[in-house]
Amino acid sequence: MKAIYQSTVGEGLTLTDTSYCPGCGHGIIHKLVMESIAELGKLGETIGVSPIGCSVVAHEYMNVEMCEAAHGRAPAVATGIKRVHPNHIVFSYQGDGDLASIGMTEIVHAAMRGEKFTTFFVNNAIYGMTGGQMAPTTLLGQKSTTSIDGRKKEISGMPIRVSELLATIDGAVYVERVAVNTPANVRKAKQAIKRALDVQQRKLGFSFVEFLSSCPTNWGLTPVNALKWVGEHMIPYYPLGIFKQPEEEK
Amino acid sequence: MAERVLMKGNEAFAEAAIRGGCRFYVGYPITPQSEIPEFMSHELPKRGGTFIQAESELGTINMSYGIGCAGGNVFISSASPGIALMQEGFSFLCSAEVPLVAMNVSRSGAGIGGIQPGQCDYNQVTRGGGNGDYHIPVFAPSTMQDAVDIIYESFEIADRYRNPVMILADGMMGQMMEPVVLPEPKTLYKDEADIANYKPWALTGSKGKANRNRIKSYHAHPAELEQYIDYLYEKYMRMEKELQRAESYHTDDAEIVFVAYGSMARIVREVLEVLRKDGIKAGMIRPISLWPFPTAPFEALNPEVTKVVISAEMSKGQMIPDIRLALKDRIPVKLFSRTGGIIPSTEEIVAFVKTLRKELK
Repeated sequence: MKAIYQSTVGEGLTLTDTSYCPGCGHGIIHKLVMESIAELGKLGETIGVSPIGCSVVAHEYMNVEMCEAAHGRAPAVATGIKRVHPNHIVFSYQGDGDLASIGMTEIVHAAMRGEKFTTFFVNNAIYGMTGGQMAPTTLLGQKSTTSIDGRKKEISGMPIRVSELLATIDGAVYVERVAVNTPANVRKAKQAIKRALDVQQRKLGFSFVEFLSSCPTNWGLTPVNALKWVGEHMIPYYPLGIFKQPEEEK
Repeated sequence: MAERVLMKGNEAFAEAAIRGGCRFYVGYPITPQSEIPEFMSHELPKRGGTFIQAESELGTINMSYGIGCAGGNVFISSASPGIALMQEGFSFLCSAEVPLVAMNVSRSGAGIGGIQPGQCDYNQVTRGGGNGDYHIPVFAPSTMQDAVDIIYESFEIADRYRNPVMILADGMMGQMMEPVVLPEPKTLYKDEADIANYKPWALTGSKGKANRNRIKSYHAHPAELEQYIDYLYEKYMRMEKELQRAESYHTDDAEIVFVAYGSMARIVREVLEVLRKDGIKAGMIRPISLWPFPTAPFEALNPEVTKVVISAEMSKGQMIPDIRLALKDRIPVKLFSRTGGIIPSTEEIVAFVKTLRKELK
């Protein structure tokens, strides 16, 4: 009988309970990333970098060799690792405070140099680990502990669209934004990961996947309503799709 | 093969690093050390190494952390304000036990200060500007040969303790030319595939290993973190004992003992000759390791013979607390200092000593 689904727990993921909140998108995204690497048969030749934020402990769950990076610096760290092991799969896994705020320089310059690793960018429009402060990606009007009446354009500007920004850089060869709010979108997210890893393995340049994800705890929503909020509020401002791909695949 | 050549300081530092086992160099332009990245950019790839120009000093220290995690032997260089930007990274590398060799070709003043030579990074490099309980061994050469020899050795020191090592040279040393004997190139690991044998803790992929490697700085549980801090503290105490280095010149009969390192020690060596010709018994202790600060030569001083110790610095007395601790305050300590990038002349130091002797009588 043909297996229709093979769990990656015990293979790509460790047999451990995670520290993530109920309804958080990290669990889904961890699984998709590790399933994709396991399907390539490359778990033993992969090195990951975890960020500062809730997923600093991603290495507890992702069953590959990994290190932690200082806040925002994961793309610089991944650059160093990839230069030592150019034939390994190397990735950084970062949130929006880490990547789009304190680490904007490192991500832009890694893309500019066309570093041949992949960044998985989890955008939930808020600082999670520190308790719900405004991020550069927080939506206009969205309440946070540092914007209690909602983000205002006059004070904090408009939320930044990272995928669109990176797509303007020549060295960024694959850039896609996906969401993990519905089963259909989760399936599409996995395809994006596989395409990004393929670009990395072919050494074409920098590859990047942005995931719109939920943070029920800091949004003050139930897990189900948080997923609805992604569809109703985040996707209209952060459109899904491929912003950059190798010429021959267009 | 060892060879005697005439080289500019910064280029000799880079050449010594390559011969000592550096396979990766990361840097960012900053005066007065920019010849190091320039030299590395064309020389290192020819010798099978990798040069990366980073977007900032934050980029430099974090790329080199990644290289270190992956088991590559990495060298970085910068100058005072650039080293200040890297402090987050130094703290991180120490906590994650990742080796690195860093060179600080220091300049003068706080903030932007000036681009002329200075020694006012003493506190920055010996105390560290990063968070947490950590230490970095700091070596301060005073001749080009000292510099070449200690850079050459530092890769093995860094790997032995799994900790960054810093070389502190001032801008004068970076810019001057001097003959040096370059040691024979060493190979610390053959190729990428050999890293796992040389550094079994490094991230090389879990394939074929019983347990996957992880390199961490974060510890969520206080008891676990305290245990880890104690483990590192024990290592720092071992380093403190094993890495103290100094040279003493004519200290046995000296009524005046200078303490000087780096370029200042070169000048004081001349001062000693002039003073001795004038019948003034002067000596010098030259700390080679600034952390750990070498205590033995200070313990050997006899207060019956040595009446005063002079800390000669291109900074404002930053070394004095270490000297007083090493002396256990048995002998008074005075400061001779020039700053702002001004290198003192032999004559002005001689005059300072003669005035001081009159005051003491």
